[in-house]
Amino acid sequence: MAPKKPRTGTRNPELIRGIGKYSRSQMYHKRGIWAIKAKNGGVFPRHDPKPKPEVPAQKSPKFYPADDVRKPLVNKHRPKPAKLRASVTPGTVLILLAGRFKGKRVVFLKQLPSGLLLVTGPFKINGVPLRRVNQAYVIGTSTKVNVSDVNVDKFDDKYFSKDAKKKKTKGEGEFFEAEKEEKKVLPQDKKDDQKTVDSALLKAIESVPDLKSYLGARFSLKAGMKPHELVF
Amino acid sequence: MPFKRYVEIGRIALVNYGKEYGKLVVIVDVIDQNRALVDAPDMVRSQVNFKRLSLTDIKIDIKRVPKKKDLVKAMEAAVDVKNKWENSSWGRKLIVRKRRAALSDFDRFKLMLAKIKRAAVVRQELSKLKKSA
Repeated sequence: MAPKKPRTGTRNPELIRGIGKYSRSQMYHKRGIWAIKAKNGGVFPRHDPKPKPEVPAQKSPKFYPADDVRKPLVNKHRPKPAKLRASVTPGTVLILLAGRFKGKRVVFLKQLPSGLLLVTGPFKINGVPLRRVNQAYVIGTSTKVNVSDVNVDKFDDKYFSKDAKKKKTKGEGEFFEAEKEEKKVLPQDKKDDQKTVDSALLKAIESVPDLKSYLGARFSLKAGMKPHELVF
Repeated sequence: MPFKRYVEIGRIALVNYGKEYGKLVVIVDVIDQNRALVDAPDMVRSQVNFKRLSLTDIKIDIKRVPKKKDLVKAMEAAVDVKNKWENSSWGRKLIVRKRRAALSDFDRFKLMLAKIKRAAVVRQELSKLKKSA
């Protein structure tokens, strides 16, 4: 026989809110208090609280601040990552709706711990690099690409954080020269990451006819297209 | 221009408004000047205002208010109403409309490519004909 699970909930079913089915004496019998008392010699067993270890007496503080400062209430709320829509699964083609790449059709790779979606063009097809995108600014289409060969485990939110700015020395002559040299160069390892992800993806994309040109084209609403009636 | 499609027992009509929108139904009885009793193999027999019906050319041979079994038999027997409907130009147009509405974004893209290809071929032939003329 399977081990018995401990009982959860009351033994007194609710007829209406505030009124149970059984009376006090019936419940006393149901809970078996009579049996526990009988086992313990006519008295309900009583467990004294364990003696607490000795805490040394606290000295009163030497210094009190002049004004009472209000402490803010404790807030243990941890925001959850945004729930993924059912239409957005790894490998889905998404349409970006806002930002620099609006209208571009893009392949969804995975959801990052912050809730943002990790997405790639692929870069060779439409110029969209590995990028984070908010789910709210995205339409999920029904077209899916096979992404089982793509390894995206190494990407998380820290990968996309901006580098800490180096302190600029504030000399007048140097100030004007320094401005010219501020070009941001993409580090080579990020370019290599893009290449490895895209090469695996490109194989899957080229196996479907027309999918490559589909991803290269932008989406736009034409005359007569009603977004609420379109099936994506 | 006399009328050609009459309201009569056995006339097939298309419901164009309401819960049963798009269904083909058989007029099984006439209730009064405005309403008909209408039935189809996959729905409960109910009354429908004539304003919600569009009459078709198809008519089947049934007695007034047949039993559901007899209705289904008559629908199968009368040269298969469904086939007749799907081959008629009205029926075909509805099917095309439904299929177009269900196209996904990728399907619409492939359709656009196909249209461009077809137009290119047509234009080539046209230019050939123009040259030879």
